[in-house]
Amino acid sequence: MADETLFLLLHNEMVAGLYRAAEQGEGENGRCTTKLESMGFRVGQGLIERFTKDTARFKDELDIMKFICKDFWTTVFKKQIDNLRTNHQGIYVLQDNKFRLLTQMSAGKQYLEHAPKYLAFTCGLIRGGLSNLGIKSIVTAEVSSMPACKFQVMIQKM
Amino acid sequence: MSRPPARKQENHKISRELFVLTYGALVAQLCKDYEKDEDVNICLDRMGYSIGIRLIDDFLARSAVKKCRSYSETTDMIAQVAFKMYLGVTASVSCTSAAGNEFSLILDKNPLVDFVEELPAERASLCYCNLLCGVIRGALEMVHLAAEVTFLQDRLKGDAVTEIGITFLRKAEDRKHKR
Repeated sequence: MADETLFLLLHNEMVAGLYRAAEQGEGENGRCTTKLESMGFRVGQGLIERFTKDTARFKDELDIMKFICKDFWTTVFKKQIDNLRTNHQGIYVLQDNKFRLLTQMSAGKQYLEHAPKYLAFTCGLIRGGLSNLGIKSIVTAEVSSMPACKFQVMIQKM
Repeated sequence: MSRPPARKQENHKISRELFVLTYGALVAQLCKDYEKDEDVNICLDRMGYSIGIRLIDDFLARSAVKKCRSYSETTDMIAQVAFKMYLGVTASVSCTSAAGNEFSLILDKNPLVDFVEELPAERASLCYCNLLCGVIRGALEMVHLAAEVTFLQDRLKGDAVTEIGITFLRKAEDRKHKR
């Protein structure tokens, strides 16, 4: 759908723009990832509110994670998470074999070192969504071969 | 499909909201990074330009429109087809110069500012939607039409409507088939 293109282009431009500014400015590379993640956090919070307006109450943590994997991911990325694994002790691994934001980039190991930049926003998105559903978490991502990637969610017990 | 049809509309709306929210987060981040409004405006315009030069390919592929023969046809295309396709709204066009190369698009509803109530006091000259100007400029440049695109009126700054002005930089002349 046309909306997807707009978001994809905007996202890529944001990543490129932020890193370009960092190169010309202080050269603090780590800050860019934090900025992208915090942007994703804000967006995730807002989006999950609009999304869960009419849905039923969630039974437990696993239910929330399943919601993120199915409905949330489908709305945002037009597909579901391919694999959800958990150790039932607060760690979840979401695997997407064809991550929408990476498909246009490469299909294998090329540009692998640049992939994490494009995942920071989505990590923030997940963290923001979970935070507004009452779950405090840390989300990281790893890519071994594009466009498949894994998001690891560590629930923080308050 | 076990999902009711109403859900699909909602999902469509939400994916547009994703774009709007992301744009808002971007502007907020830029405001934190740059102190002067002018710098933020320039940055947004530059980003819009980069998006526009890529968006035009997507637009032409999706819409399969015929070649536009005049500036006014081009502007109509932007206002009716492109805006509808990407933002879900249409703009009305009016020609503001006798030479036929200055136009203005009037937007009653600007989806980018759906979640914005007002600009903060210290950011009074921020062009919140400056990305749109850059996108239009970039897209036009890729079809070999140099243009200047600016915001003439902005509802967020208190004007009645949101108006974008497009000035084509070459004299309007009969354009022959180039291919």
